[in-house]
Amino acid sequence: MAFQLTRDVNTIKSYAKTIRMNVIKMLTEAASGHPGGSLSATDVVAALLFAVMRHDPTNPKWDNRDRFIMSKGHCIPAWYAALAQAGYFDEKELCTLRRLGSRLQGHPDRCKLEAIEASTGSLGQGLSIALGMAMAAKMNNADWRVYCMIGDGESQEGQIWEAVMAAAKFKTDNLTVILDHNNGQIDGYVADVMPIMPIEEKFRAFNWHVIGVDGHDINQILNALDEAADTKGRPTLILANTVKGKGVSFMENNIGWHGKAPSKEEEEKALQELAAI
Amino acid sequence: MAKKATRQAFGEALAELGDKNQDVVVLDADLSKSTMTCYFADKFPDRFFEFGIAEANMIGAAAGMALAGKIPFACSFACFITGRYDTIRMSVGYTNSNVKIIGTHVGIGIGEDGYSQMGLEDVAVMRSLPNITIIQPADEIETKQAVAYAAEYDGPVYMRLTRQKLPDINQDGYVFQHGKGVELAPGNDLTILATGGTVYHALDAKKQLAEKGIDARIINIHTIKPLDTDLVLRCAKETKGLFTVEDHNIIGGLGSAVAEVLCEHYPAPLKRWGILDVYGESGGEADLYHAYKIDAEGIAEAAADFYNRISK
Ligand SMILES: Cc1ncc(C[n+]2csc(CCOP(=O)(O)OP(=O)(O)O)c2C)c(N)n1
Repeated sequence: MAFQLTRDVNTIKSYAKTIRMNVIKMLTEAASGHPGGSLSATDVVAALLFAVMRHDPTNPKWDNRDRFIMSKGHCIPAWYAALAQAGYFDEKELCTLRRLGSRLQGHPDRCKLEAIEASTGSLGQGLSIALGMAMAAKMNNADWRVYCMIGDGESQEGQIWEAVMAAAKFKTDNLTVILDHNNGQIDGYVADVMPIMPIEEKFRAFNWHVIGVDGHDINQILNALDEAADTKGRPTLILANTVKGKGVSFMENNIGWHGKAPSKEEEEKALQELAAI
Repeated sequence: MAKKATRQAFGEALAELGDKNQDVVVLDADLSKSTMTCYFADKFPDRFFEFGIAEANMIGAAAGMALAGKIPFACSFACFITGRYDTIRMSVGYTNSNVKIIGTHVGIGIGEDGYSQMGLEDVAVMRSLPNITIIQPADEIETKQAVAYAAEYDGPVYMRLTRQKLPDINQDGYVFQHGKGVELAPGNDLTILATGGTVYHALDAKKQLAEKGIDARIINIHTIKPLDTDLVLRCAKETKGLFTVEDHNIIGGLGSAVAEVLCEHYPAPLKRWGILDVYGESGGEADLYHAYKIDAEGIAEAAADFYNRISK
């Protein structure tokens, strides 16, 4: 049976809160991983899985499901946490993240976990796969949609722009890309490492429909996802303006928290802050 | 025993090299704190170029710089940089541009990040390209000398470096000789040829094999291409069989290189050991080395099986 979606903003917010807390717990337990981009992505992830996407936790390979690809694969902990909450697997499994033998690989592996649509982790590749899926849906006259999340650092990859160009050509209006615009990557701020702005104008020049939102405002995210679904003849980019490390004061906008796990004390502090939201 | 990741030794050597050779320039793709080019970047900001997450362009630009007289070191994780195979093939290999391609985070030794970040096929693809020298140092002193050598040597080089720390295996006063394997320990029954992160495990395996009555010779192959064929053939003649071990797919790497030499020149028993044509996965470094049987225990067990089979 398809998952019972909700449009209640407070319910979605509470899902997001649990995802954030689980991300912190998982990474602390694994003693490695990427908190910054997982936390910035969380509100979009919660909106997608609990409010928008057609899916069935009891049947992850349901033909008519909407597809989601985390192209910035290092941020998969947020998606794992959301999947567990939706009932794809027991929440207890989250603490196996990154351990030998776990289905929850450090970067997503579709051959290990059924609910994963594409194996990613080498940046720049997920969007092309999403495009191919969207094209296949069109060929089959199927009405499922494809969602793909990319990073702002990731959009420096040439393959991203090959996919952006092709998606416009093939008019994949069933493809929605969410760019998690948190301004950070590993070596520093995106603006210093390799500027990508003005990114909206670039996508528009490639004939995409572009919507800018506050990526932590559930209402704005839902409206944008609805608008994307209503947009015909071209794909949509949702530029989600976010804060890297969102919800944990000492991680917010701090490049050092791109790929580092919290210590036990830091975990405690982070969980306290998140619980208070 | 000092322990240092070869990527760390590389970063230190590169920063020193910057003083000695003004033509050395460094390019990175948003991983400078992992490839350890950050030391060079701090010291020589005018000769360090951050290309962002765009490896193909970085390699091509490095080729252009090389063709205009610079000595570029283009650096990223091994999987991402050798993943831009066609760019390397045309702009570096075929063009014969003097680019030093540095791939760090090789093998399952990188641990928790899992397969997508592991260089496990990099030697295979790079070995298929003429002109390109492939070096994989096994400790700090060897890495530092190999980096200096790469800068002096005129031609493309691919260097493969570990994320994990490796203990010293060479003595003070060690001299790196390009294209020459190094006999680390004598032995008359079996030759174990190891490279990079597996070398110290092979040395430990020698002790375990000795307990089983097998006298293993241990060779460090730091230059995978061109391979030290004289040494390989001598070992094939002097011992009963050859056993290769690498943190890389057994297809296309050191084992394959040794097999090619043996088959054509002196057919002899050979066992290729390493990642047995599978993808890697997440886990702790030591857990993975154990599970994939390329730690000392795993090497000793596989080498003993092999030796018992061929000496019957
Ligand atoms: C092709 C490739 N090159 C390099 C990396 C290493 N890497 C992992 S995360 C990252 C930074 C990603 O930045 P961004 O896309 O902005 O993600 P976020 O800030 O949301 O975490 C890099 C360079 C990679 N995974 N893939």
